[in-house]
Amino acid sequence: MSVLLEVQGLEVSFDTPDGKVTAVNGVDFQVRAGETLAIVGESGSGKSQLVLAIMGLLAENGQASGSAKYLGKELMGLSQKQLNSVRGKDIAMIFQDPMTSLNPFLSIERQMTEVAMHHNKISHREARAHAVEMLRAVRIPDPEERIRQYPHEFSGGMRQRVMIAMGLLCAPDLLIADEPSTALDVTVQAQITHLLGELREKSQMAIILITHDLAVVADVCDHIIVMYAGQVVESGSVDEIFYDPHHPYTRGLLESVPRLDRPSDTELHAIRGNPPNLLALPEGCAFRDRCDYAQEACKSTPPLWRDAQNGAGDGTGDGTGDRGRGRSNRCILGLPGGELVSPAKQPDAEAKQEGHAAADTEVGA
Amino acid sequence: MSEPVLRVQDLTLHFSSDTGSLLRRRKRVLKAVDGISFDLFAGETLGIVGESGSGKSTLARAILGLAKPNRGRVLWLGEDLTKLDAEQLRMKRKEIQIVFQDPVASLNPRMTAGAIIGEPLKTFYPHMEQLQIEERTRGMMKMVGLLPNQINRYPHEFSGGQCQRIGIARSLVLNPKLLICDEPVSALDVSIQAQIINLLRDLQKKLGLALIFIAHDLSVVKHISDRVMVMYMGRSMELAQKTALYRRPLHPYTNALMKSVPVPDPRVARKLRQDLWLKGDMPSPYQPPKGCVFHTRCPYAVKRCQSDVPALRRLEQGDWVACHRAEELDLSVELPTEET
Repeated sequence: MSVLLEVQGLEVSFDTPDGKVTAVNGVDFQVRAGETLAIVGESGSGKSQLVLAIMGLLAENGQASGSAKYLGKELMGLSQKQLNSVRGKDIAMIFQDPMTSLNPFLSIERQMTEVAMHHNKISHREARAHAVEMLRAVRIPDPEERIRQYPHEFSGGMRQRVMIAMGLLCAPDLLIADEPSTALDVTVQAQITHLLGELREKSQMAIILITHDLAVVADVCDHIIVMYAGQVVESGSVDEIFYDPHHPYTRGLLESVPRLDRPSDTELHAIRGNPPNLLALPEGCAFRDRCDYAQEACKSTPPLWRDAQNGAGDGTGDGTGDRGRGRSNRCILGLPGGELVSPAKQPDAEAKQEGHAAADTEVGA
Repeated sequence: MSEPVLRVQDLTLHFSSDTGSLLRRRKRVLKAVDGISFDLFAGETLGIVGESGSGKSTLARAILGLAKPNRGRVLWLGEDLTKLDAEQLRMKRKEIQIVFQDPVASLNPRMTAGAIIGEPLKTFYPHMEQLQIEERTRGMMKMVGLLPNQINRYPHEFSGGQCQRIGIARSLVLNPKLLICDEPVSALDVSIQAQIINLLRDLQKKLGLALIFIAHDLSVVKHISDRVMVMYMGRSMELAQKTALYRRPLHPYTNALMKSVPVPDPRVARKLRQDLWLKGDMPSPYQPPKGCVFHTRCPYAVKRCQSDVPALRRLEQGDWVACHRAEELDLSVELPTEET
């Protein structure tokens, strides 16, 4: 599979009255044609700013550096005009809040035909027919009628489906969906995820799905990167991340999902504490204050990025060794081969160190 | 068990609005809450679950007296709240409090955390001394897991989860007996949701609160509820003990909600998602379907469901359901077994 988007050393920072905030701190990843990548992390982990930077949509006080190549062509540093030929056509994006990302003053027809007429240089009539077809593809009932309506006449779930239809108008190679189902009811969330799953199977489109909830991407993604405090802390295939998470943060995210199949009289597992203040990151590992496995060493040494060759074994399929691609994580413990069990609040540090001594010798990079 | 602290009886709240052109005005009625009844005991938690527009929040507002019901009674310790005037109702707010959905929007950005948490004391106890208010505020902050030295910080200096803790502290500072939580975690990250749910559970045990916990997701209320009521288009579809409801939902809508919960296990999720359970949107509340309101989306609907409104009735084992076919349907959930 060819590489569609290659991001290397991407940094995003903002000038704020309190100082310079680094929201994204050196992120690498790849998206290959037809693949679905999930970017997972809490609020403030930098996952949205990362894709906004790639799309040239940062707020005015934001600066981005590093490289993001779309089919070999550098996107960083392009003018807005140059980006306009890529955005919507090659790379489309849908946002979290479907109410605020549609223009309430314009009919759906107007909003949808504008995009197609601009990029494909077609007549209004053709554009309209195409838009109706797309609405039908995302299961809007009665699309010929509904296309005349305004956003407020649609329910939340329908608006999000309209957004997806708009994103699909120019048959992009890559669709970026930033928390597409977060503001919606579970039932509608299930519909939207189902729709994305269908699109993924039917078209050759690659998708980047951004979410704070690992559960919603379980059945629709191929590859996952987990972000914390502006850095990627773990990456791997969907099965690797779900069945053999190496980083304690990934484990925490998985365990905090409320499940119907867990006994209800137990405490829910939460990641304790709060997302870190990016202006005052702790020394060493940014996650250590919230980590159940933290040790002395975590206080001083920032964990390096490393490939885990001793992973699940089937993780090497894609692992060409490039950062942010194969099975890798950013933790001095790395917890390879661990089972997904609730970690004890205070694990026996000695036993831990012994158990991972072998893994630690491989820390390189 | 003793007498319930709260009895809601046939509570009904309709909104009417004008529609049509200037010359041809028509009234249309939206039945936001349509004949809801339940009892709540001291120290008990009732989970209320349903999609947006099912009437959960309006029900909460009607119980608090923030919206005037058209019909029905809200008996708080035997006294009908719907009959009280504004001032009498205001005094009841010492006993009944609410936590709102949006933790940031429900806090005044110009007030410090301390001022926000202490304000109910100032309102209800105007003669209380500042020192005493501050002491109580610090105590509350500690109880909800905030650092008392953050008392002078403003809401924007806190994360979403911390803001919700402030909201909870504010609602508990008056020592209420009933706390209504209206989607307190749906605006939070999953990793933080669990913190807030665990906190509410602990506080309830410690303080012996009666709790109404509203959510749109059955998995969220599972860990905190004793009983669960499922609402759809203003009506109660099912009201059952938690263990029974999660093992064998009686109503197809409950079942649909359960199947919509995302499973953090790729193999199970791929299998489950193969066919989508609940299709379509909720019908327009201005024109609710005849018969059972759920029949348009129900995979088990039969002819009768299109014409007869199913009453909420009590089955043998004591749980309530509004479905004609409750006895014959077996909606036992084969829960995906835990992996590993």
